[in-house]
Amino acid sequence: MKFTWFHLMPWPHMPDDFRQKHRSVWVDLPNRMYEPERGHGVYHQYLDQLEFAESVGFDGIGVNEHHANAYGLMPSPNLMAATLTRRTSKAALVVLGNSIALYNPPLRVAEEFAMLDVLSGGRLIAGFPVGTSMDTNYAYGTIPALTREKYAEAHELIRKAWAADEPFAFNGRYTKLRYVNCWPKPIQRPAPPIFIPGGGSVETYDFCLDNTYSYSYLSYTGYLRAKLLMEGYWKRVAERKADESPYRAGFAQVICVADTDAEAERIYGPHVSYFYNRCLHVYPGFADAPGYRTVKTIQTGALSQFTQSGRDYPNMSWKDLTENRYIVAGSPETVRQQMEEMIKTLRVGNIFCLLHIGDMPDDKVRHSTKLFAEKVMPHLRNLWPDWNNHDDRFWVHPMNERVALKAAAE
Amino acid sequence: MKSRLIKLKPSGTRIEVVEAGKGRDLLFLHGAGGHMLNDPLLEALAGKYRVSAPLLPGYGRSEGEDGLRDMLDFTLHTLDVMEALDLKKPIVVGHSMGGMIAAEMAAIARTEVSKLCLLAPAGLWLDDHPVVDIFSKLPFELPALLFHDAEAGKKLMTAGSGNMDDPEFLKQFLVTNARRLGMAGKILFPIPDRGLAHRLYRIAAKTLIVWGKEDALIPAVYGETFRNAIPKAELVKIAKAGHAVGQEKPDAVLKAIRKFF
Repeated sequence: MKFTWFHLMPWPHMPDDFRQKHRSVWVDLPNRMYEPERGHGVYHQYLDQLEFAESVGFDGIGVNEHHANAYGLMPSPNLMAATLTRRTSKAALVVLGNSIALYNPPLRVAEEFAMLDVLSGGRLIAGFPVGTSMDTNYAYGTIPALTREKYAEAHELIRKAWAADEPFAFNGRYTKLRYVNCWPKPIQRPAPPIFIPGGGSVETYDFCLDNTYSYSYLSYTGYLRAKLLMEGYWKRVAERKADESPYRAGFAQVICVADTDAEAERIYGPHVSYFYNRCLHVYPGFADAPGYRTVKTIQTGALSQFTQSGRDYPNMSWKDLTENRYIVAGSPETVRQQMEEMIKTLRVGNIFCLLHIGDMPDDKVRHSTKLFAEKVMPHLRNLWPDWNNHDDRFWVHPMNERVALKAAAE
Repeated sequence: MKSRLIKLKPSGTRIEVVEAGKGRDLLFLHGAGGHMLNDPLLEALAGKYRVSAPLLPGYGRSEGEDGLRDMLDFTLHTLDVMEALDLKKPIVVGHSMGGMIAAEMAAIARTEVSKLCLLAPAGLWLDDHPVVDIFSKLPFELPALLFHDAEAGKKLMTAGSGNMDDPEFLKQFLVTNARRLGMAGKILFPIPDRGLAHRLYRIAAKTLIVWGKEDALIPAVYGETFRNAIPKAELVKIAKAGHAVGQEKPDAVLKAIRKFF
């Protein structure tokens, strides 16, 4: 098993009447709510937490990209990953990822990811999400029905740019470059491991299988609801006669660990409530711009967690959230049991652990993180003995030691 | 109203065309929402004209949406359809997105379009009067945006039932709307401006512009902007009408067209 400590970097100062006063945490929430001087401390605390996660033994530390979003303050995840390269040395840097259709030219992603891979000594895991409709269409103006075509072209350009040893011309529909020449290029050859966040479309399953990418399902709704989607993925893996390495898949999970179940509710309850009621308060009109999903995908009913009606977070108690496994919370033993069940049911080798939740203060984040690392993680390490806890295709290949610097040119 | 499929050359793309009425040729280009069931405007126009109303790819039974990506694609496609229908100097009427396409056709193929009628056309952007973002609207918000009389509009949109919360209606609407607005988004998202303002001067057609005074989607002030930019244009504003001016006041729109052409 590989455990990545993942940060969303939410704004922790949304007011109590947030839901009443604002229709959405994302896209059109006035940024007067953001206070830059407080933001300074928030960023550094969050980066400290990611570094702490490495020190207690997580395999990876993770960041992602959102725009105009008060629960995701990383419009540029690459900046965050760059600071992390300097003060970490072992953990994989999981950038999940860059919404490649949004970069103009998308060669920028090839270049910045290469920079991160070189800076980190080959520790980069590169994520290529299509991006949510909120980010990609509403905040960044990409035409919904052309998003996937643009994405596919960007992907082709990035992979070619990394693979090439000489300049070449790229005549795409969305990007035309006479000289593609990616300086620097990544340490990991031919490319860093690539993770694809997906939401249930068959096209994405096939894209992962065609390219040997790991499929990551990033939901906040827990593993019981993820079961159907992941079964669809594994069914496709079998149909395609690919091997069933659990490292072909990953799952994000909100996790809280305390000394006892009751203690978990007491110390983490308010922050979980902040997360589900304020951070996930998204106006449904932004969830799925017409044309963003293919008609085929809509008809299969695999709708985004933000469009599904009937999800009633404001009236969900701690009991509802834990019993229905939206969150995995409790004593180390409770968490271990539920994590094991999740890992086995979904057949996932990568877990993106969400241990900072909503407006959780630093001491609680570290408490929960430490308990998970010391009392839960060791018991989950060897759930895939057939795969020796590792699949070379889906994890990083750091360089062994620094190459000595030669003196500058004579 | 009857419709048939025509095949475009050389692609073989099949396009659905609604046809009705007798008289002079009139080509009608629908807005982003497509045709309404028993569309009141088409019925009114068919009383006096031979109406041909093709559906864009992504609408009704028309195919070929992947082949159209940008404004030029939409414009040339619609000129191809007009040619395939073999219409005789038709009055080209376009509503909203259809008006945007009609204006582009008239600007690009200035000798082929000699009579133009724009009903609350899209295509321009004024910073002081932003066009509403229809893409992020939920179904229940649409009637008030499209109609001056929202209650009557709701009935038109739901084929009489007036119940927009009906799960069956919503399910159907979600799928159809994703296909239609997905297509419309190629020229309207995120801002319905693809440079038409720079081409309006080329329009040689005699042009009638019609606007509902209570248009909540594209404010009526755009009417003056279009009129001032098109050489031979006249503007008629219709009272107690919203963005779906033709569906809300079909007789008044028909009268304006008859009077002008």
